[in-house]
Formats: sequence, C-alpha cells, structure tokens
Amino acid sequence: MSAKQAGAAPPRPEPRGEQPELARRVVSGEARAVARLISGLEDGDPAAAAALAALRGSRGRAHVVGVTGPPGSGKSTLCDKMIAELRGRGLRVGILAVDPSSPFSGGAILGDRLRMQRHALDEGVFIRSLASRGRLGGLSRATAAAARALEAAGYDWVIVETVGVGQSEVEIVKMADTVVLVSVPGLGDDIQVIKAGVMEIGDVFVVNKADREGADRVVREIRGMLEMAAGLAWARAEAAHHGPAPGSAAGSVAGPGAGGLPELPLDAEGHPVLPPILKTVAETGEGCAGLVDAVIEHRRRASESGALASRRLEAARAEMRSLIAYRLLDLLEGERGRGVEDSLARAVASGDQDPYSAAEELLAALSKGAIA
Amino acid sequence: MDRKIRILVAKPGLDGHDRGAKVMARAFRDDGMEVVYTGLRQTPEQIVQAAIQEDVDVVAMSILSGAHNHLFPRVTELLAAKGVDDVLVVGGGVIPEDDYEFLKSKGVAAIFGPGTPTKTTIDFIRANLKRK
Repeated sequence: MSAKQAGAAPPRPEPRGEQPELARRVVSGEARAVARLISGLEDGDPAAAAALAALRGSRGRAHVVGVTGPPGSGKSTLCDKMIAELRGRGLRVGILAVDPSSPFSGGAILGDRLRMQRHALDEGVFIRSLASRGRLGGLSRATAAAARALEAAGYDWVIVETVGVGQSEVEIVKMADTVVLVSVPGLGDDIQVIKAGVMEIGDVFVVNKADREGADRVVREIRGMLEMAAGLAWARAEAAHHGPAPGSAAGSVAGPGAGGLPELPLDAEGHPVLPPILKTVAETGEGCAGLVDAVIEHRRRASESGALASRRLEAARAEMRSLIAYRLLDLLEGERGRGVEDSLARAVASGDQDPYSAAEELLAALSKGAIA
Repeated sequence: MDRKIRILVAKPGLDGHDRGAKVMARAFRDDGMEVVYTGLRQTPEQIVQAAIQEDVDVVAMSILSGAHNHLFPRVTELLAAKGVDDVLVVGGGVIPEDDYEFLKSKGVAAIFGPGTPTKTTIDFIRANLKRK
C-alpha cells in the first residue's frame, strides 16, 4: 500500500463476480486480448497480474507439455507436427516458444514460429514467441503465467518449447505436466546420457532425426540409463518393504535421483515404469502421432497415480518462489533499493564490510518495508 | 516497468530473397529489440495473425518481387479490419521511389530502399512507435 492511502479506508478487492475487462476478453478467446495479457505479464504490468488473478478458475484444465532438448534438435518442427496431430483430434493448442535474449543488447531473434507458421490462420492455434530476458533455466520469467493465460483462453494443450538447452536447464520440469526430452544422433557417447541434469527430467524421450545414422545407438543408451534407474527404483521399493538389502548402505540407494538418474514412476504393483523412448523424423512427421499418444498416456498414468497432483503442487511452489525472488530484485532495483544497495555494495567493495552481513542488512531493510 | 520493442520481420509474396530481412533482423536484435522472424512466402493474412498473437509494436516487411503495391496495403487493411491501430508498419526491399507516396497513403509509414543504413531505419522506428 502506498503512503498516500494510509489513513484512508483500506482498498477493497473488486466486487465479486466482476472481472477486469481484459480477463473477460481472454476467457472469450479473443486473440488480441490473450496476446496483450501475455505482454503485460512479461513486462510486469500490475493490470496483467490482476487479470490473471481473475482467471484463476480455469487452472488445471489444460495439459501443459514441455518440449526441451539441444539447439537444432528439431523441437520447433516437432511442435509443428504435434499441432497438426492435435488439431486433427479436434483439440485447441497454445504454443509458447522461448528463445534466448542477447546478454549484450537484450534483443532477441525469435525464430521458432517460423517452423509453425502454417498454423497461423487456424483459429484453434495460438503461437507466441517469448524471449528469455536474462533467465537461464530455459524459460522466461513470465512463461508459467503465460501458460495460465492460454489455459484460461480455452486451449486444451499448452506446449512450451524451451530455449535450446545444454545440460542443466531444467526449469521446464517445474511447470510442465509432461516433459518431452528431445535427443538427436551424433551428440556424444553414453557418458553424456548418464550425466545429471537435463537427461533426468524426461517423461517421454524422443530421438529425433531418426533417419540418421546412430539413432538406434542413442535409443539403446537412453534405455540403458533408464534401466539403471529402474534397478535403483526396484531396490528402493524393496528397501521400503523389507528394509535395506544386506550390505547396501541405507540411503545411498533410497535417495531421490540417486546416481544422477531419473526417479521413475511405479505401477500398481510397485514396479518401476520405464518412460517411452520414441524415434521420430519431425521433418516428415514420422512418429509424431505416436508422440502425442505417449504424452497422453503419461498424463493419464500421472493423473491416476497422483503424481500429477504432486507435480502441480511443486509447480505452484516453484512459481511462488520465483515471483518472490523477482519481487525482491524489483525492490532492489527501485530508487530507494538502489540507494541502500549502493552504500552497502561500496562498503563490501572497499573491505569495510563483509558480503554476508551486508546481505543480512539489506534483507532486514526489505522485510521492514524500508525499501518499497 | 520495462517494455521491450517487439517487431515482426516478414517476407510477403513469392520471392525467395531474405538476406536483407535477415540483416535487418540482426540489426534490430543488436539494438535491443525482440524480433519475431516468420520466414519466406507469407500471405498478408499470416503476417497479420502473427502480428496479433505476438503483440508486436512494429511490422517490418521486405519484398523484392514487385508485388509491394498489392501486398503492403493488404496488410495494413487487414490490420485495420482487425481493429489493430497501434502497430507501426514499415517496408523495405526493391521498391521504386515513385511508389512511396502511394504506399504511405495506404498506411505504410516509411519505405527503406537498398543501401539505407540500418541506423536510419532503427531511428525512424524508435521515433514513430504508436504504442508507448
């Protein structure tokens, strides 16, 4: 609340049942309104946040699917083929395609849309390009909020294509119901596959450009990695039933993601379920219907087992935390924040103060509301 | 609140020459803009739909086939028909100077011919944005 409102009656929320005009237009599916709302969310416009708040009733409707993988692996072309497949099944599709911003100019070339532009005139498809704007996890700051906007506008699937990722950009797992991890032949040996990070987050694995040499090897390597994970999941399940196996140190097996391998879902009998590994040729569309089926199957299983619900709980937690983090940064970058920060930074730089106590002081100033 | 300039770079019509469009896309990027590039052979309808969904401030079109007097006005008409009145439309490519006036009368704010320094185009865009 700003100082000038102090003393006056506290501001009341809008009367019940009345939605901001923008929210009403979004719900009616008006493309311009959806587009404007996403821009507002990207720019941190309070009116956009208010509109999103009014749209909260639609949460959970859409299937949010993340598509991630290295640059040039064919993510955009796969998305294009998935759109065609989903449209054929009568579903409405929203796409959020994230590309990196320049660390120098802040500008960006958003080129994912290029591969999907044949759907531009289809009213059942909404494609939006987002620049990462300095965020490093493969998404942009407003991607999760933009997905909510598309969900509210009635899109059945919201496909989020991440920035081309390397090894550690795993933010997508914090917002997607299903993560499709795209690999291609020729990127490296099986050690790459068992490293921690991106390879751990796939719910559905795709080896694209499968008409190229080496595709079967990539499939075998991924399967090997997943089978190792399955073995660990077995051991974990057994340990839970019978206590640790003789000779094995408790905890070393039971820890989540042990050995840099994905935690696999278990079926009704407690057996680990291996995620599907599909071969596709996005250019021709080969395997893309099967990919859509696999994503639907993942969602069905996750929904039945309760994994989807717990994932969405984690997603909500992650989204709130990231909003808090950004809010703090915004406060620091405001006029008063900068003043306090500057004097502390000077003290740290000159050696008069250590960074830990300076950070504590800054945090205390923030929580006392001295910076706002 | 920090608003980035978003710009759609599009190639309407049938010519396959996009070097100029790509050079401009890079120049816009290096100037800090977010550039949506839609690629070759776009219909005016596709360009307008992309401009709406991407919520751009600017539509920049390049054409070398000679169909500018048909395609550029078609884009501005479709934008107007959709109620989009806050997007700046500019053009470039191989366009005879005799046609500039006609295109301006149809809502294309400026035409930048071959050899125009990229800075000229960027300065014009920054000075003439319709949305603040």
